Amino acid sequence: MSPNVTLAIIAGALVACGVYLITERSLSRILMGVMVGGNGVNLLFLVASGAAGGPPLIGVTPKDEMSDPLPQAMVLTAIVIALATAAFLVTMAYRSFQLNGHDEVADDVEDARIRELAKADEASDSFEEIKFSDTGADVVSE
Amino acid sequence: MNNILPLPVLLPMFGAALTLLLGRRPRLQRAVSILTLAGVCLVAGSLIWITDTHGVQSLWVGAWAPLGVVLVADRLAALMLTVASLVTLGVLIYATGQDEEEVHRETPVSIFHPTFLLLSAGVSDAFLAGDLFNLFVGFEILLFASYVLITMGGTGERISAGSTYVVINLVSSLLFLTALSISYGATGTVNMAQLSQRFAELPGDVTIGIQLLLLVVFAIKAAVFPLSFWLPDSYPTAPAPVTAVFAGLLTKVGVYAILRTQTAIFPNNPLTDLLGWAALATMVIAILGAIAQSEIKRLLSFTLVSHIGYMMFGIALATPASLGGAIFYTAHHITVQAALFLVAGLIERVGGSTSMDRLGGLASTAPVLGALFFIPAMNLAGIPPLSGFVGKLGLLLAGVEVGTPLAWALVAGSVLTSLLTLYAVAKVWNRAFWGTPVLGPLAPDEQPVDAELGAKPMPGVMVGATAALVGLGLALTFLAGPLYGYVDRAAAGLLDDSYLRAVLTGVAP
Repeated sequence: MSPNVTLAIIAGALVACGVYLITERSLSRILMGVMVGGNGVNLLFLVASGAAGGPPLIGVTPKDEMSDPLPQAMVLTAIVIALATAAFLVTMAYRSFQLNGHDEVADDVEDARIRELAKADEASDSFEEIKFSDTGADVVSE
Repeated sequence: MNNILPLPVLLPMFGAALTLLLGRRPRLQRAVSILTLAGVCLVAGSLIWITDTHGVQSLWVGAWAPLGVVLVADRLAALMLTVASLVTLGVLIYATGQDEEEVHRETPVSIFHPTFLLLSAGVSDAFLAGDLFNLFVGFEILLFASYVLITMGGTGERISAGSTYVVINLVSSLLFLTALSISYGATGTVNMAQLSQRFAELPGDVTIGIQLLLLVVFAIKAAVFPLSFWLPDSYPTAPAPVTAVFAGLLTKVGVYAILRTQTAIFPNNPLTDLLGWAALATMVIAILGAIAQSEIKRLLSFTLVSHIGYMMFGIALATPASLGGAIFYTAHHITVQAALFLVAGLIERVGGSTSMDRLGGLASTAPVLGALFFIPAMNLAGIPPLSGFVGKLGLLLAGVEVGTPLAWALVAGSVLTSLLTLYAVAKVWNRAFWGTPVLGPLAPDEQPVDAELGAKPMPGVMVGATAALVGLGLALTFLAGPLYGYVDRAAAGLLDDSYLRAVLTGVAP
């Protein structure tokens, strides 16, 4: 079996776009990224299922010309899960927008507190200077 | 006999539907969910007996062999199911004990019960899954339930902690799907037993790619360093019972999946070096993180990550003794970590905070709480004769028996981690339980001064449920002899072909 190169390339492009979007801070972009990347992965299942064929019904299509139904069943499951994911992420982004006026994933507060502790340590003799540049303060909504 | 296999999944699912319908009748809803989980405990307990006396049980659902869904229970799955369902039941009873006011403010009860039962269904499905796709579905069920539980109430703190958790799990789900499609493309099946046979015939570089992809996915769920960063950021803000059940179960489902993949699908390629170093890094780095914390729930989250390293230690060495140690340690750690998080919930009620800067003298204001914290804390650190010591000793002996430099490094690392765990829990003990009381105890009829932060009395049900989980940890200690025999048989079963035979007997290739 030789895989379908067009599908594979499209899947790769979709996953690449998805990964780029997931690395954003805004939840709505992450949602887009998950959707696009998820579709890319679903295409991978179609690549894996081999050459396209007729509907896999006994009596309609001869056995050798049937397409493989199993990956399609899996893709269907994945699509249903993606639907639920989208619904949940949209809700969460909206709630975050209600509360904060933006939907960005924030830095952890406790982490910042631990960094403050490190700052307080500067007075001690054994102190060695380490700079933490990522405070999250410079993040702006576009 | 194998027809009871779907019950641990089906019972909580029907229970969830029923509790959703009973949303306006809280008492009935509680009764239904407690009965459901008690039923799951019974089924899981009988599975322990069945698998131990009659061997591995498998059921092709709808008789669609070899294409359909297969549920398999071996000794490992039965033990995990039993411990998981007992802990879930304990946590549920604890949750019902939270008083009405708090329930309404933070955990809308009509949603809590169905979601909690779905989480239990997902966990059971992941333990019983005989094919990778069903494992994926089990993971998704439990993840979706956990998304709802971790953001319960939708406060700003929980939404921002939940975002990290949701995004990281979405990424791991995408990776899981990718691994599934690649392995289906390479072998034409997702059934674990068949995968095991067909991967053996494929070139090594194809299988290693798939194996690494699957390991990354499960390592994210199990919080193995360096994929563990998300856990301490997201767990501590959720309500106490939710954190307890997450800490007890969800990471262990990841560990179970790694154990299953390594033994059932790729038995010939244990990747000892990679997993061993990851285990060492997980243990040592996470426990150093725990020491730096001043907030009890975060400290416990870091010890949780750190002790995942012990299980990875056992899995990495892949000898019968080390796998047995890892299984025992997993069972022990589920109970002890859940109990500790429940205690943290009680500390929050009594002391008004879980920050060690604002606590003190709890041992004199609430001596019962002191005892409830002390036992699982010592158990976590591995003080003899508690079960944590038995599990660690088993792993150390297995490491010494292997005797390679890596094994010795792991032995040294785990002893160090054990000591540092003792240091971390002793720090909590010193700062929260000793010293002068910050807030005085309340008389039962006295109203708390500040509803948000003030001390509240501990309801008997919550204390009882916590004590029951602490008792379960002690039971693992008292039953350590028979239980260790059982996990040794479970580990031996992972390494022979009993799993393959049980799934594939009578099935056309």
